[in-house]
Amino acid sequence: MGVSMLNLGAALPEMFMAVSALALLMLGVFAGKDKSFRTVSWLAVAAQVITIALVVMGDGGSAFFGQFSADPFAKFCKVLILIGSATGIIMAMNFAERENMARFEFPILISLATLGMMAMVSATDMLSLYLGLELQSLALYVVAAIRRDTVRSTESGLKYFILGSIASGILLYGMSMVYGFTGTTNFAVLGNTLVGGELPLGALVGLAFIFAGLCFKVSAVPFHMWTPDVYEGAPTPVTSFFAVAPKIAGLALFIRVAVGPFGGAVEDWQQIIVLISILSMAVGSFAALRQENIKRLMAYSSIGHVGFALVGLAAGTQEGVTGVLVYLGIYLVMNLGTFAVILCMRRNDRMNEEITDLAGLAKTKPLMAAITAIFMFSMAGIPPLAGFFGKFYVFKAAVDSGLVTLAVIGLVTSVVSAYYYLRIIKVMYFDEPVEGFDRNGTEMNVIMAVATIIILAFVFFPNPLMDSAAVAAASLFGM
Amino acid sequence: MSDWPILSIVTFLPLVGAALLLLINGEEATVARNSRWVALWTSGFTFLVSLMLWVNFDATTADFQFVEQADWMPGLNISYHMGVDGISVLFVLLATFLTPICILSAWEAIQKRVKEYMIAFLVLETMMVGMFSALDGLLFYLFFEGVLIPMFIIIGVWGGQRRVYAAFKLFLYTLLGSVLMLVALLAMYFEAGTTDIPTLMEYGFDYNMQLWLWLAFFASFAVKVPMWPVHTWLPDAHVEAPTAGSVILAGVLLKMGGYGFLRFSLPMMPLASETFAPLVFTLSIVAIIYTSLVALAQQDMKKLIAYSSVAHMGIVTIGAFTFNQHGIEGSIFQMLSHGVVSGALFLCVGVVYDRIHTREIDAYGGLVHRMPSYALIFMFFTMASVGLPGTGGFVGEILALLGAFEANTWVAFFAATGLILGAAYALYLYRRIIFGALTKENLKTILDLSPREWIIFAPLVIIVLWMGVYPVSFLDIMHVSVENLVNQVETAQAAAAQAAQLAAN
Repeated sequence: MGVSMLNLGAALPEMFMAVSALALLMLGVFAGKDKSFRTVSWLAVAAQVITIALVVMGDGGSAFFGQFSADPFAKFCKVLILIGSATGIIMAMNFAERENMARFEFPILISLATLGMMAMVSATDMLSLYLGLELQSLALYVVAAIRRDTVRSTESGLKYFILGSIASGILLYGMSMVYGFTGTTNFAVLGNTLVGGELPLGALVGLAFIFAGLCFKVSAVPFHMWTPDVYEGAPTPVTSFFAVAPKIAGLALFIRVAVGPFGGAVEDWQQIIVLISILSMAVGSFAALRQENIKRLMAYSSIGHVGFALVGLAAGTQEGVTGVLVYLGIYLVMNLGTFAVILCMRRNDRMNEEITDLAGLAKTKPLMAAITAIFMFSMAGIPPLAGFFGKFYVFKAAVDSGLVTLAVIGLVTSVVSAYYYLRIIKVMYFDEPVEGFDRNGTEMNVIMAVATIIILAFVFFPNPLMDSAAVAAASLFGM
Repeated sequence: MSDWPILSIVTFLPLVGAALLLLINGEEATVARNSRWVALWTSGFTFLVSLMLWVNFDATTADFQFVEQADWMPGLNISYHMGVDGISVLFVLLATFLTPICILSAWEAIQKRVKEYMIAFLVLETMMVGMFSALDGLLFYLFFEGVLIPMFIIIGVWGGQRRVYAAFKLFLYTLLGSVLMLVALLAMYFEAGTTDIPTLMEYGFDYNMQLWLWLAFFASFAVKVPMWPVHTWLPDAHVEAPTAGSVILAGVLLKMGGYGFLRFSLPMMPLASETFAPLVFTLSIVAIIYTSLVALAQQDMKKLIAYSSVAHMGIVTIGAFTFNQHGIEGSIFQMLSHGVVSGALFLCVGVVYDRIHTREIDAYGGLVHRMPSYALIFMFFTMASVGLPGTGGFVGEILALLGAFEANTWVAFFAATGLILGAAYALYLYRRIIFGALTKENLKTILDLSPREWIIFAPLVIIVLWMGVYPVSFLDIMHVSVENLVNQVETAQAAAAQAAQLAAN
């Protein structure tokens, strides 16, 4: 029924988000530039919390004549994205005020980017996909360069913009190829057209281009080169936002495109994903070994994590998608927690970004060191912490699909990556302390505490996340 | 009483203690004192509760006992499944027995960050006990690898000069082995649809798959045991670890590998085990002879004992892969006695290290003049390590060798030769440290064992003598379970041989 209807109700959360972002923009403009930063930020957070409620309570269904779907898969991803951006805004507030970037545009841009991401994960048509993607990207380009008075931030924004535009171009080119060979941009129709056996050559080329564009957006190797520079150059709260929400949205989009319109041609794209996944895991592990800047390290770490998540997609099964979704949920928590720690690396009111700045944290701030150690062990995938289960699910799906070699390579690279996570623990625990950090903000302590509790408790209560991920994945395959 | 979840209590009680420790706050000296006592009480009480397992254990059945099963991840058909049989119950007791001793041994040796140290040890105890009682593959893996976290911290924070290197080596070596085991577990799960250990034991994988699975598990367990040539992490870890860390490492962690062979490799992959038995025998014999020779040349006391551990564990792996009653019982018994004896030897090293702060053998000599009681204790454990009749070491070795003799004469021959070398390095070590003239200035004021050290050594001496004089009380517990394991392996191997014969006809 849904395909031929406008059905605006399904897009209620998006509409609310759009209206609230515009209202906040008005508020910011009329209330005066600098005074309104905190108010606008908190209101933006409130808007996102309300949007989460709207997403969860929404009836779902398809809207805009088959261009948009609020299925459980989209809902699941939207909740993760909204949690990521709301936390991102909260984490940015104190930083922004101290570092002279307290502009009310920041929370609004984040809200608009979030709106784009929500549209992306709900897209069931190439056009709505592109619409969402561009809304997200354009907002993010500006956010990366938000500290326009510093060279690094500007450079990072410009790099991101130029490379991102090229990637969008490639993506668009791929879409037009697919459209040219099939005559449609709708996922459902494409899925029925491209079923079974060999894809037409043009559609295959289009697929490759689309995947290349998507790889850029999720920073999978070999389209990852922008990531370390942008992560390092952007202000830290922006980096923490980049590492979470757009990654989740990008991977969700990747999944939707791969198993939706091209779901009938798994064998055509499986090898591409396998290769990308192996490369990402390898680069993410090996290139991070020598990093001294913790933001660069996190950039490589996120590249590696994308590789691990893609292992689940490579399986091409419902179980694999479940695995990726579980992985993303855990990844979200671990990354938010870790970036909260990085944002607390302030000494004498200046940010520190070198790993060596953490030296002896176990003596100066034992609790924060213990929490960071838990995050790192979890990132390395050591049981019984949550990070292990993320890896467990995706590798289980891979083994079930017969991709044993991929699983072995992935797990071996995870041992390599364990080295650099351990190095952070080593610096905190085994090295002699340097001067202690400033007091943490309350909001950071709360974020760290919540993340720690989730990571520690996941082993006892794995089912809520797993079950909702399973429902989400099932909705994608039931289509 | 029997409907209490005793295993879960034993497993998670230390964790409760660790949580209590987190709450302790205040002045440093007070925190340290309270932490020590809380940790000691927790681990002591855990040991007492674990004795319930011993008392209520029914040695007439090979079934798993004290079984607990609860939903964990119903969507994946993975459950929280705990239980012990005659093979694992003794290891649980070994772990709960050694932990209070370790905590007591660190009473004065550890002065900085005492609270964290005690937390790490209690977490470690939870992991060890959980690993020996897990009856689900994923649960097993969780505990198996979880051990690395506290161990990494213990070595890295409270270790010696090169502690960072040693901690990384231990962690990455064992992690690399374990991830291969994880892949094997996933493959088994895919094949059998469950990770439940008792179910997997019955499953019967086909031969080709068994080969791959066996190799993957071997990668993990061989590193843990450790077998030559993947043993190199052990001397480093031992040398750099604080005394109590070495005790736990030698006493319990090495046994995880041997236990893994008996729990996974033999019952689940009997055919592959048979195929690869010559490989295991060869590596074990090389380990026994080579590491004994290396031990002779060591200048560092702890390193010497570490190499001797590799040699002793060689006997364990030989025993396990003989597939007969004597061999496997000997293997288990050797693990238990080695756990106690090598733990005690590391404690002996710790005693003098706490006083002089060096592990160089050359820095000592003539200690018998100042420390007669210490000399006696050290002599006792050296003899137990060599395998003197009347000590626990003898029973394990003789049973394992007996089993090896039944399986393959040459293996028994070479393994027994290695034991002679073992006597050589142990006595040589003893002579250099204890006998001779007391010439070194700093040794002239050294003090003999303190009451606290007596309390630590007394139970160890009693256990080693008990194991040596009346081993039946331990052998009885494992007997039926081992018999069952041997039958299982033999049945599978006989069936395969029959099938092969049919195919040949």
